[in-house]
Amino acid sequence: MLTLVLPRLLSFEGMGRRSASVAERNVAALGSAYWLVMLGGFLEPVLYLFSIGVGVGKLIGDITLPGGEVVDYATFVAPAMLAASAMSGALSETTFNFFGKMKFMRLYDGMLATPVRPIEIALGELGWAMIRGNIYSAAFLVIMVAMDLTTPARALAAFPATVLVGFAFGAAGMATATLIRSWQDFDLIGSAQFALFLFSGTFVPATAYPEVVRWLVEVTPLYRSVDLVRGITTGTVGWIQVVDVLYLLVLTALGLTVAGRRMGRLLCK
Amino acid sequence: MTSSTQSGTPLIHARGLVKRFESFTAVDGIDVDVRAGEAFGFLGPNGAGKSSTMRMIGCVSPPTEGVLRILGLDPRRDGPAIRARLGVCPQLDNLDVELTVRENLTTYARFFGIPRKVARARADELLDFVQLTERAGSRVEPLSGGMKRRLTIARALVNEPDIVLLDEPTTGLDPQARHLVWERLFRLKQQGVTLVLTTHYMDEAEQLCDRLVVMDGGRIVAEGSPRSLIEQYSTREVVELRFPTEDQGAYAAKLSELADRVEVLPDRILLYVADGDAVLAEVHRRLLNPASALVRRSSLEDVFLHLTGRTLVD
Repeated sequence: MLTLVLPRLLSFEGMGRRSASVAERNVAALGSAYWLVMLGGFLEPVLYLFSIGVGVGKLIGDITLPGGEVVDYATFVAPAMLAASAMSGALSETTFNFFGKMKFMRLYDGMLATPVRPIEIALGELGWAMIRGNIYSAAFLVIMVAMDLTTPARALAAFPATVLVGFAFGAAGMATATLIRSWQDFDLIGSAQFALFLFSGTFVPATAYPEVVRWLVEVTPLYRSVDLVRGITTGTVGWIQVVDVLYLLVLTALGLTVAGRRMGRLLCK
Repeated sequence: MTSSTQSGTPLIHARGLVKRFESFTAVDGIDVDVRAGEAFGFLGPNGAGKSSTMRMIGCVSPPTEGVLRILGLDPRRDGPAIRARLGVCPQLDNLDVELTVRENLTTYARFFGIPRKVARARADELLDFVQLTERAGSRVEPLSGGMKRRLTIARALVNEPDIVLLDEPTTGLDPQARHLVWERLFRLKQQGVTLVLTTHYMDEAEQLCDRLVVMDGGRIVAEGSPRSLIEQYSTREVVELRFPTEDQGAYAAKLSELADRVEVLPDRILLYVADGDAVLAEVHRRLLNPASALVRRSSLEDVFLHLTGRTLVD
């Protein structure tokens, strides 16, 4: 009975490896249909950029940023589309797919019979969602540089910011998924996501709203994400971007903690 | 008989084990010891607490009260270390439908940290063992129930476990599929793997288990080898008589002195006796002509129904 003396400092030992094995499962499950889904996820923000940023932008002209800098409308909208696509990539993977795997495919029941723990499933799935979201972001940044909406150096700096945005929304999405009761609840998530997309300082600066609404807008996670990414791609970074980073870090930690706990409660009854 | 395997620390040790879900008590204080190399069964009707017990042993359900040690470790603390050495075949197949048959094994092996190369070799061995080599590249969906169950069993073996937990391993399978599963499980047993299974099939328990407990209402109501349970709770033989009347009960009184125990069912009377043929001859001598008569050996089913009753639990 060698294991009788096995130490119990297992909490972190093997955590990374086990989380990676969860992500690895998703790589094995990649099918041809998945690439179509990914293409759709990539195209969406690009289409918005062209139709609204460039098209509607022609009618709007220039926009004044909070710091006083004047940029053309496409330059204003593009970083918002980037942040929004990082959000939607992370959310679709962590809400819909996560819920399906947990409740419908009962995938995690099988995983939990192995040394893998709930928090490691959460981390593995989040890591996987990030890979997908990051591919969208990288591709979109290339387009932004090609269209002269930002400089290559700023695009490089914006990339880690979009990674952070992805983590925050991925973790929040996963926590939300553990609260979902049925497929109907996805309509609610979809509506909330769309509302965020429209009103988070994406198409209109938050300063355009009445004071109360403006305040409401500025505490939403997508607003903070847009503010961070826009600050970087337009070269107007200030102290407020530090607040954005902290906000998103807290959201990530909170989401992961809730997701890990709730999964434990749901699956290890 | 099994004294050689009964030495040493028990692999599973439970004392006063309780599992409560809010106000409902699923497992109500059970004591269990399972030793290395044993095939141990939990028998009981639906809702007896078998699956809850199995989930606690599988370290996916924390015990509410009591002592539980698996491989000498405490599931509350050492869950991952214990699960690394368990193989679990759940009641409902939870195979990964987005993967192929072979990938189901290789991917699962990765959860145990088994290197890819070893995982691939082991997957091929196990596919051979459960006779699924030809379906290695197939998706899981089109497999038959028996194939899925065999694949789940193979998956439970991918980490070369010390203990294999099987929750109703043949429920829902057709006779051919059941026999194939039994045969594979028997081979595992011969290889020295400790098997712990739940079932409500008595033939399964008689075929596979060295020792078993009968559970009812969250408690253990009997314990022993299949043979010893039959000896203890039943007679050697059972005579089943069917009389050409609505009222079987009227005959029961006349038969009571012939048997250790008489059970009256709506359609027949069961006589629990030592020598069935002799009793049947006596029944005929007394001119109590039954419409049909059957003498059979007493089975675990008789024990089970005697202990847990005939009322439908569902």
